[in-house]
Amino acid sequence: MVGTLSERILGGPAGSFVDRPVDRAYVHDGTGVLTLEAWRQMGERGPVHPERLSIIFDHIVPANTSVTANLQAELRQFAHTHGIAFSEVGEGIAHQVMSEGRVLPGELVVGADSHTCTLGAFGAFATGVGATDMAAIWTTGMVWLKIPATIAIRISGRLSGAAEAKDAALSYVACLGMDGATYQALEFIGEGVSSLSLSDRLTFSNLAVESGAKAGLFYADETTIHYLRSLGKEAGPQRPEDCTYAQEIGLDLGAIEPMLAIPPRVDTLKPVSALAGTPIQQVFVGTCTNGRYQDLERFARVVKGKKVTVRTLVVPASRAVLAEAARTGVLADLIEAGCTVGVPGCGPCLGAHMGVLGEGEICLSTANRNFTNRMGVGGGIYLCSPRTAAASALTGVITVPEES
Amino acid sequence: MRIRGRAVCLGADVDTDQIIAGRYLRTKDRRVWAEHAFEDLDPTLAPRLSGAIIIAGKNFGCGSSREQAAIALKEAGVVGVVAPFFARIFFRNAINVGLALIECACSCQVGVEVTADLTEGWVQVGGERIAAHPLSSRMREILQAGGLVEYGRLQR
Ligand code: SF4
Repeated sequence: MVGTLSERILGGPAGSFVDRPVDRAYVHDGTGVLTLEAWRQMGERGPVHPERLSIIFDHIVPANTSVTANLQAELRQFAHTHGIAFSEVGEGIAHQVMSEGRVLPGELVVGADSHTCTLGAFGAFATGVGATDMAAIWTTGMVWLKIPATIAIRISGRLSGAAEAKDAALSYVACLGMDGATYQALEFIGEGVSSLSLSDRLTFSNLAVESGAKAGLFYADETTIHYLRSLGKEAGPQRPEDCTYAQEIGLDLGAIEPMLAIPPRVDTLKPVSALAGTPIQQVFVGTCTNGRYQDLERFARVVKGKKVTVRTLVVPASRAVLAEAARTGVLADLIEAGCTVGVPGCGPCLGAHMGVLGEGEICLSTANRNFTNRMGVGGGIYLCSPRTAAASALTGVITVPEES
Repeated sequence: MRIRGRAVCLGADVDTDQIIAGRYLRTKDRRVWAEHAFEDLDPTLAPRLSGAIIIAGKNFGCGSSREQAAIALKEAGVVGVVAPFFARIFFRNAINVGLALIECACSCQVGVEVTADLTEGWVQVGGERIAAHPLSSRMREILQAGGLVEYGRLQR
């Protein structure tokens, strides 16, 4: 079938409603609790395909209170009883764990978390739903979806200077606005895509939902196939076909410079240079946006052999990321530079525990959301790339990163 | 299917962190979510939600997929939400938990009587009637049942 990648995967034209079997479905400790409750109310039928399900603990790990611990124990027990793949605290952020070999091009992936769109980087249709929808998926193995129209982001050029994929991704979100792609999918196409690593693509797809998009897809290419092969998975490439896009936006990577998203909106950007010198109280490197090995490595390259002058939390996105950082010496560089390394998971991103901000404190973060009070009441969040975070961690004020 | 309530007015891009903050998610007690709804946006709002129809700006419910946001509003007694359009996960969640919503760009005056017809597709604020997107029959059936869980029971 010709059409956009979303139309081809979901098997119908934009605007039609379809019921489809789900290839991969997952929840985390945050949304899993409500899903379990809704599943029980639905009559405890199924799960029809437990082998397609994952339960991954990442939001509050390890548990911070006995309430959390008890809720987690219930969900853990459920996973074991039904033979569902279970990732214990410390294994990593759900989207990252899924990206480490559990998702293949062309699959329909549904997660009970808005950043499920991250997995579009593989050429999968990956989208977030709420707990009740997920309980219905557990029960029936199916999901209903409206096939979205697609906005094409045509990428050209290459990143240069100190600019990173995060700066480019924030730029497309700012261009669309926080609601510019609501009810639609994004497709990242064009000759500039081949210069982006898989890690970079995950960052791009991750931010799709910040423009309201339902999914953000890359076509699987050599980079994708090579990455999957390194994880022991085989896949073929996907080639763009003739299709109609609702809109097309150009993104010249060569014109991107280091950017900051100003609180409380992800679509309000300023060049880092415009805010240089602003004092910060915390730097946070991690999350499903920028907690991968490549991000830690970029950060470490800047701080290696120096000392951070502000509290700096580094939270690897997964145990695999942490292990690689340990193997290559990046971890030692981070620790020796004075960074505090946290348990793989979401860490301070959602302000639930650890790394919470105090009144009036500013955090420079590599995450994807800077909403009011997200990391603590009265705190402000500026979003940036790992390299900008590193340059600023050394000085204690917002600092323009240097070219490497 | 018709809903009726008093107008509570909100701006654009109200995200789910503002509807219910992350710090209140670690419980299954729905009252907690209802009590703390909109706390970071306007702490005086929660007690005024009972019997209310929220008229919000565009993109209501953007951000996190937390279903607790829709549950908090329902639990607090919100009758329905009107907005030019909603973030898509919030839209699904609201229907699934039985919280009525309708897409309509209308002006809002605090406290005035609001009526909305989800089948015919209109919203009336004070005396003025504005055309709106009607909900699909499946969505109305889910709402009428009280949510997807109850709807599933009826289907069996
Ligand atoms: S890292 Fe942050 S944005 Fe990503 S899944 Fe965790 S809480 Fe959500």
